[in-house]
Amino acid sequence: MTIAFIILLLPLIAAACNLVFLRKKADFSAYVSTLSAAVCLVLTLGLISKGNLNDLGSFNWIKISNFELNIGIELQGLGLGMILVVTLIGFLVHLFSLGYMGDDAGKSRYFSGLSLLFSMTGIVFADNLAMMFIFWELVGVSSYLLIGHWYHKNTAAEAAKKAFLVNRIGDFGFMIGILLIWGAFGSVNFGEIQESLNNGTYDKGLLNWSVFCIFCGAIGKSAQVPLHVWLPDAMEGPTPVSALIHAATMVAAGVFMLTKVLFLIEVAPTAASVIQYVGAITALIAALMATQQNDIKKILAYSTLSQLGYMIMAVGFAGLLSGGKVLGEEASNAGFFHLYTHAFFKALLFLGSGAIIYACHHEQNIWKMGGLIGRMKVTSFTFLIATAALAGIYPLSGFYSKDAIMTIAANNPVLLVIGSFVAFLTAFYMTRLCVVVFFGRARSWSAEEAKEVPFLMLVPLLVLTVGAIFAGQSFSYGWFVAPGKIPHPDGALLPIVLTLIGVAGIVSGFLLYRDRDKEPYPVRILSNKFYLDEIYIIIVQIFQELVASVAQIIDRYLIDGLLVRGGARLVTTIGSVLRGMQSGNLQGYAFLFGVGVILVLYIINAAIG
Amino acid sequence: MIINLIVLIPIIAALAIGLGAEGRKTALFAAGVNLILGVIVISELMRRGGEALIFETAVVVLENPKLTLGFAVDGMSGVLVLLTVIVTFCAVYISPEKAPDGKVKLYHISPLLISAGALGAFCATDLFFLFAFHELALIPTFLMIGFYGHGRDRVAVAWKITIYLGVGSLVLLGGLIALYSNLAGAGSATFNIAELTAAAGKIELDKEVQKWIFLPLFLGFGILVSLFPFHSWAAPAYASAPTSVAMLHAGVLKKFGLYGILRVAMPMLPKGFEAWENLILILLLGNIIYVGLVTVYQRYLDRMLGNSSVMHMGYAFLGIACVNHIGWNGAVLMMFAHGISIALLFALCGSLRERLNTLELARIGGLASKVPFLAVCFGFAAFASIGLPGFANFASEVTILFGVFDGADEIGDLQIAAIIALWGVVISAVYMLRAYRSIFQGDSTRDLTLVRRDSLNRVPIILMITILLLTGFFPNLILSILPS
Repeated sequence: MTIAFIILLLPLIAAACNLVFLRKKADFSAYVSTLSAAVCLVLTLGLISKGNLNDLGSFNWIKISNFELNIGIELQGLGLGMILVVTLIGFLVHLFSLGYMGDDAGKSRYFSGLSLLFSMTGIVFADNLAMMFIFWELVGVSSYLLIGHWYHKNTAAEAAKKAFLVNRIGDFGFMIGILLIWGAFGSVNFGEIQESLNNGTYDKGLLNWSVFCIFCGAIGKSAQVPLHVWLPDAMEGPTPVSALIHAATMVAAGVFMLTKVLFLIEVAPTAASVIQYVGAITALIAALMATQQNDIKKILAYSTLSQLGYMIMAVGFAGLLSGGKVLGEEASNAGFFHLYTHAFFKALLFLGSGAIIYACHHEQNIWKMGGLIGRMKVTSFTFLIATAALAGIYPLSGFYSKDAIMTIAANNPVLLVIGSFVAFLTAFYMTRLCVVVFFGRARSWSAEEAKEVPFLMLVPLLVLTVGAIFAGQSFSYGWFVAPGKIPHPDGALLPIVLTLIGVAGIVSGFLLYRDRDKEPYPVRILSNKFYLDEIYIIIVQIFQELVASVAQIIDRYLIDGLLVRGGARLVTTIGSVLRGMQSGNLQGYAFLFGVGVILVLYIINAAIG
Repeated sequence: MIINLIVLIPIIAALAIGLGAEGRKTALFAAGVNLILGVIVISELMRRGGEALIFETAVVVLENPKLTLGFAVDGMSGVLVLLTVIVTFCAVYISPEKAPDGKVKLYHISPLLISAGALGAFCATDLFFLFAFHELALIPTFLMIGFYGHGRDRVAVAWKITIYLGVGSLVLLGGLIALYSNLAGAGSATFNIAELTAAAGKIELDKEVQKWIFLPLFLGFGILVSLFPFHSWAAPAYASAPTSVAMLHAGVLKKFGLYGILRVAMPMLPKGFEAWENLILILLLGNIIYVGLVTVYQRYLDRMLGNSSVMHMGYAFLGIACVNHIGWNGAVLMMFAHGISIALLFALCGSLRERLNTLELARIGGLASKVPFLAVCFGFAAFASIGLPGFANFASEVTILFGVFDGADEIGDLQIAAIIALWGVVISAVYMLRAYRSIFQGDSTRDLTLVRRDSLNRVPIILMITILLLTGFFPNLILSILPS
């Protein structure tokens, strides 16, 4: 049992303990989970500081002669940064939850789900695609349980179901991709695939398809267009969950997975450009939708979508570009770098919004808040720092990672323009949020009565603030990726232009939303999310209801009616002729059995004769 | 000897009940003993490997042609024996002491006879007894549905399944006879399966002959597994059947058809399969996609579960169609995993039926806070059934899919079928989560009456969940005793 396996299993054991033994002891189960998260964090720090990361252990899960699937652990490069993000933010969210979920009736269930989320470490540790898929699905379950935590609410139950099903659609593609890779290379191990890719010949078309299919997994998990619809609904879950799953770790799994299969993306240019454009479109559409939301968590949710789009777009540049240039590692490093900084400031924003919601008696509408900066000084201060980081203000972490992404995007003018416009929108909608929530007058009793949250909940905010400020500095990331390998803009032009764009967003947001009591410029198409949900519902209804009901009709009338009843009538007719007037199951069956026995005897007789 | 015991014990217990022994206690005792014996058999197989037949015994019935009443197990039979004894134990455990009409004897004898029939069929070394034992198990199934079934139309349903499976058995018998006479005509007058397989390997029947023997064999076995489009008996039968019979038939007896295909049809008639491969791929997609969509449309929980079990059989056929050991072993693992998980689901469905006045999904709601243990267990069962990692069902599906794509550097018909079949994982998640959502989550419906019951029989439920998790975490426990 290696340390890595303990990190992998401990939270699962904690979750199982909570479920089986501690369902009635809510407080105790919360401590068990938090303790296991703390131990995981400490062990992870120990593991990555040790430096020697060879042979972290392997377990043979399935073996049929030469065919083997293993739970094998591999930790290197970007994975080191990812595992730190997962365990650190995981632990902080546990801490925050002790306060936020203190009085919840389902506290024990909540912490079990939170522990289960540590299956995220399995995605990071995976040395092969099959293992990654296993933990990929488990993370999905944990998300299902946590989004549906308040299961008696219809909206929460629906949101949980939606999240799981939409992710399954993505996983459908992911699995096909894995199988295609297995068929083509005879292995699902990252190292072995890379080796046979370097040595052998392969079918280019098939490879493009496999990369595209694998990317489908990321479309689902990282909520990219067109499967983005689950993430905003997922805000039905408790807010700390949103910080952990829907900002820092789970949704980032898609981006991380793409960096793991970078060597495949490099040789699949068609799939790579699909990845670029899907990312860019998601970034744009989500940022547009974020400008018109009124629920504080929904704004952050759309913001997350948009930032994930950035990351995906950057990784997509790893493929062969039109000029024959291959950015490869540089592109994926840029995407991951943004994942890394974003994890800190977005988790901070979500936990901050959690603190605000907690203080405002579970009010989530920003137009019912206002003037909070005077009542919640620490929370407001950390929230504003995170906002500035997200807007890409120098010298906060977001500035550096956004620069890296835009340096990569500069290889395609269209995407550079889209990316810059998204940068403007980001600064704009975050300023709108802050102006409405923190400044002006309190617009409801819940905002008037708000007071600062307990110290226990402030600790995670402060720790994350440190991250939001410094995560972009080379001392923060240099130990897992060489600073030289992260793209930097060549001249000062790009950073200056981007900063001006960000400032323009902030100024326009400030001017337009200062001292407003309600949305002054309603844009229906944006606040209704381009009506995509409605369109999907119609499609699903047509597909499900129509096709399923046609199937039902065929089943009832064609298969049952003609084939079966027809056949049955024939048999019963013959049967009743032979049997006389008796009826009953046993007789009917005995008849058929008898015919069989006679036939057998006849054959035996013939064989002997 | 131990295999003879396993087959005999349920029969002896059934006789004892017939002669006046206490129903449930006797049955439970016999099932418990069998459970222990089953574990012994499996551990012996683990020690010796599952390639060869072990514990072989035989009584010669006829000299020429050689007809012997003999039993033995290899890896594949062993897995199915384990499945049978587990499900039998759980089914007997949850059967209430008092039958609905007071005729206690038949009520407790039937599950034992179904179990004995299944065990006999899985262990028989002789083609004739393989067939005969399965028939033996069907009769009590029909009787139980007719006498103790749910719903007003239970007699009609019993008739439907009688005729359906009767016709299936006849078709199968025709195929078996054709197979025997072709192989025996060439000099080996025996019903012994191993000897027949060896003879088939030596003789190599003409492709055209194989083709036309394979068809009735495959369809006959297929009808017993609810192969599309011969599946429509299954859902109403399981919805009507008493819980223990639904568990035993869907969980165990239905696997006989798959067992037969893997034991008889595929090894003896490999070219016959090749001739019909495309038809079989289309039929199995019918099971997965078509029946899957029908399942989504179901409005009653019991019907939905019945259809879902039909749907999952498509994946087992997919594994068989791989024609390699990865796919076949995956199919056997799937029989085991599906057998336990569907029995678990029917057990839970049964206890919901006891507590509610309806199983109509739209009329149930918010039960999670009222029956929390049931809700958690149903959650486990639902996630197992839709193939979540950690449960044996996932391990089996993955193995089958990897079997399909083993060495496939080009995309052939089989691979395309598998890709289409994969969409089934989305479909099954849709109907399972939808059902879970409407039964356990959201508002509780007002017109719902919840009957207070004695506490749920937790032992079999927990046992089945534990086994699914254990074999899901360590699928090699099962796979290591299968030939590779």
